Amino acid sequence: MIAVVDTLLRLTVWLLLAPLLPGIINKVKAWVAGRRGPPVLQLYYDLARLWQKSVVMSTLASPGFIAGPAVAWVAITGAALLLPLGPGGSALGFRGDVLLLVYLLAVARFAIAWAALETGSAFEGMGAAREVSFAVLSEVSLITAILALSVQTGSVTLATMLAPAAGTGAILLAAGLFAVLLAENCRVPFDDPNTHLELTMIHEVMVLDHSGPPLAVILHGAAMKLMLFSALLTQAVLPLGRLSPFAATGALAAGVLAVTVGVGIVESFLARIAFRRVPLLLTTAFLLCLFALLLAWKGGAA
Amino acid sequence: MKALLLIAIPFAGAALAALWRGDRTRPWLMPVVGLVHTVLTFWMLFDPPAVAPGAWLAFDPLARAVLPAVSLLFLACAAYGVSYLRVRGERPNRVFVALLLALLGLLSAGHQARHLGLLWIATEALTLAAVPLLHFNGTARAFEATWKYLLVGGTGIALSLLGSFCLGYASLHGGGGGDLTFAALTAQGAGLSRPWVLIAWVLLLAGYGTKMGLAPMHTWKPDTYGEAPGIVSAMLAGGVTTVAFTAILRVRAVVAAAGDGAIADHTLVAIGLFSMIVAALFLLGTRDFKRMLAYSSVEHMGVLALGAALGRAGVWAALFHVWGNSLAKGALFLSAGNIRRAAGGRTLDEVRGMATLTPRSAALFVTGMFVVTACPPFGPFFSELRIVRAAFETHHGAAGAVFLGCLLFAFFGLTRVVFAIVDGRPRPGLHATARRYPETLGVILPPLALLAAVLGIGLALPEVLREAWTAAVAQLYPGP
Amino acid sequence: MSSNVNFLIGVAMGLNLLALGSSRLPSVIRAVAVQGMVLGLMPLLMEESFHWMVAFVAVVTMAMKGYFIPHLLSRAMRSANIDREVEPFIGFVPSLLLGAAGTIAAVAGARALPLLPEHAGTLLVPGALASVLTGFVLLIGRAKAISQVCGYLILENGIYLFGLLLIRSTPLLVESGILLDLTVGIFVIGIIVDRIQRAFDSLDTRKLTVLRE
Repeated sequence: MIAVVDTLLRLTVWLLLAPLLPGIINKVKAWVAGRRGPPVLQLYYDLARLWQKSVVMSTLASPGFIAGPAVAWVAITGAALLLPLGPGGSALGFRGDVLLLVYLLAVARFAIAWAALETGSAFEGMGAAREVSFAVLSEVSLITAILALSVQTGSVTLATMLAPAAGTGAILLAAGLFAVLLAENCRVPFDDPNTHLELTMIHEVMVLDHSGPPLAVILHGAAMKLMLFSALLTQAVLPLGRLSPFAATGALAAGVLAVTVGVGIVESFLARIAFRRVPLLLTTAFLLCLFALLLAWKGGAA
Repeated sequence: MKALLLIAIPFAGAALAALWRGDRTRPWLMPVVGLVHTVLTFWMLFDPPAVAPGAWLAFDPLARAVLPAVSLLFLACAAYGVSYLRVRGERPNRVFVALLLALLGLLSAGHQARHLGLLWIATEALTLAAVPLLHFNGTARAFEATWKYLLVGGTGIALSLLGSFCLGYASLHGGGGGDLTFAALTAQGAGLSRPWVLIAWVLLLAGYGTKMGLAPMHTWKPDTYGEAPGIVSAMLAGGVTTVAFTAILRVRAVVAAAGDGAIADHTLVAIGLFSMIVAALFLLGTRDFKRMLAYSSVEHMGVLALGAALGRAGVWAALFHVWGNSLAKGALFLSAGNIRRAAGGRTLDEVRGMATLTPRSAALFVTGMFVVTACPPFGPFFSELRIVRAAFETHHGAAGAVFLGCLLFAFFGLTRVVFAIVDGRPRPGLHATARRYPETLGVILPPLALLAAVLGIGLALPEVLREAWTAAVAQLYPGP
Repeated sequence: MSSNVNFLIGVAMGLNLLALGSSRLPSVIRAVAVQGMVLGLMPLLMEESFHWMVAFVAVVTMAMKGYFIPHLLSRAMRSANIDREVEPFIGFVPSLLLGAAGTIAAVAGARALPLLPEHAGTLLVPGALASVLTGFVLLIGRAKAISQVCGYLILENGIYLFGLLLIRSTPLLVESGILLDLTVGIFVIGIIVDRIQRAFDSLDTRKLTVLRE
């Protein structure tokens, strides 16, 4: 009984707080540009608005077109439930749950790409191809970062894994994970969430043909993925385990907020880099995580 | 004291040349300083001064064995330089003369350096000082050659610095006090840390081997020797390579004292033979006669490396060969310079019939070629014969056989180019060019004198030289 | 003190990778400049007491490596009107991976070498080897003369790092040798890069193809 209530509470936190983050990012970008920008709660209004609209669906598409966003959302929610929220822990935890997390994120990406291919349009196909090919490099970086964490702490359970190393290792891991966050969540410099030009879209083009509730589900899922990565980054870098539960929760919230603001600042000051340079940037992120892994490994051996 | 004079006098001459006003009279500083230097060097050859132990700079037996040859070479080049700079009167010669004299000073310093760091500083300064000399001609090709020289040579110098540091660390790790003179390092002997000594050997061989022009670090040689003025090529081929060779000999003595002499010898044999093979192959294909001389230089550096690996007798023969090689290369480069100016071209396709246009230079060039391909009764024949004998006596029979094979192919390559240039009828337009560059005494006597010297050491090797080389071998191979 | 030294060397190794991965010449030049300054600071950190000579040499080294040489290179770059390396012989991602592999190999290899106890915990030897390798990759893999010169400077930085191992025993020689090298090197680099730019109008060493067999 307690477990059900606990899970429901958790779900509420994730579902309700996630759409706040893209709003914060847009607000930060607006402030840096000298504008007032859209309200922070804009995504909530958008979701409500989209939910009331009807779906426009191509006659060529199969039910997979609608199932894709749904599967993706469920996968991301599952991953979110696996990730511990500071001292609050996670809804579900077992040995090796970090692998399930990575795979759920991969399933989500696969589902969205499937839905994109379902439309039969060249645009979405191109976007799916780009997204998946960059995902190869960003997933390698993510897995290397996770390996670094697990070598450091000697466990593969998320609850015990998220304890940061000292000094240089944490900095390298933070930098690498931040780059992975930007890549996975389709932020500048990897992908511009505001563009709709054919030659420059990656993620946006995959969801171009969705409308109504499926689109709302996709947007919400993306927000939850952003919150997931922010929470992961914060817990991998800040030593939350040493603080009292109250302080730890506050620190986690502050960390997520800081990451979000950081994303906003990065988006304001950098431009999207050309596609042929993206592998270079992702390789750099991979190398940062690799060096964090080596530091964890060598630090333990020495 | 006199050792320092050998360095100070050329530098004083260089400073004087930098300040001297008369463009026409400045070149005479070179043979004057060269003569003083040669007299001093030969005086010290006949009456060697005592070497203070722990001295960083001294006219020790190894310097005594080879520095006089370099000094003679410089004297001949300096005498030639007076006429050369008069012919090239349109170019300002302040930098040229000053740097050439500084080169002599640095060569003296490099040969007499008994300290690891000082040796490196001298070699580095040599590399950098040669750069403005190389593009004296001012053409685009000269710039290209200078760039390649700088890049490859600079990398070699950097590697030898790293090797010097590794050797220093080997000494430090073995409990040494930080005295980096070669004598102290050799005395520390087995106390040196073996892994560091091996790493140092590889790096120092690569670094100083680049300065020598051993393959595969020889790629800068053809371009550089091909584009530089004859004097500069002669000093590089006869002087700078000798410094690098003495450096390798000194380092090898330290490595042998540490117990890795066998490994050092194996690597020297390998690199020496490889250089000879590469040189022979390229000699068979080259069409430019100045690049041909560069490959011949690579080949002779291979001979020196091989000799250095063959024990006492081999090193003795290698020191003999240094004399023969330096003097002969000097003669070859100087007469090649004459030919190139008169012919206006540098390849087989453009140059023919030089025996008609520049008979004396052509004769010198052909004679020089015979000297360099080990024709008796010139010096290199006897030195290479000794090396072959040393090879067979130290059970390096296969190496000796490869050595002889490479000499044969080098002979084919050299004669092919030289006779193609010298024989035949010259192209119609060339007579006019040749008349602009007549064969005055100033450009014929120096190479002739060098060839006479090579003949001299071949026919009648002076006892003082024998004794000098034996003393140098004793310094490098202390103990029974 | 040792952790400060290690931190600085870590920064230097990171700058190596930045130089390898960057295609913009100003970034490469800046990376080399910062690396030179970081390394010029090291002798001050490694000596326990304060010597005037060491401080003087450190300041001069930092000025040369951090300001004068990059200034010369930037001037050559601007007068040749180039600012990026377009198609190097070894691509950017391969050179980055090579540099990373080299760094890892250097760290692993340095553990196999016998070191004095005071040097055993520091990153001096791995940092030196990694920088030497990075310098080589840049020297061999790039086509623009400026990138090659930057590669050479990184190579020299690596060797300088290694020389710091000997700073206790032969301080003056190491320092003065490096200083001489730098001083004369600046003049030569400055003159040569300028002449090459004027002769070839582009600083692309792929154009240096006249001399061949």
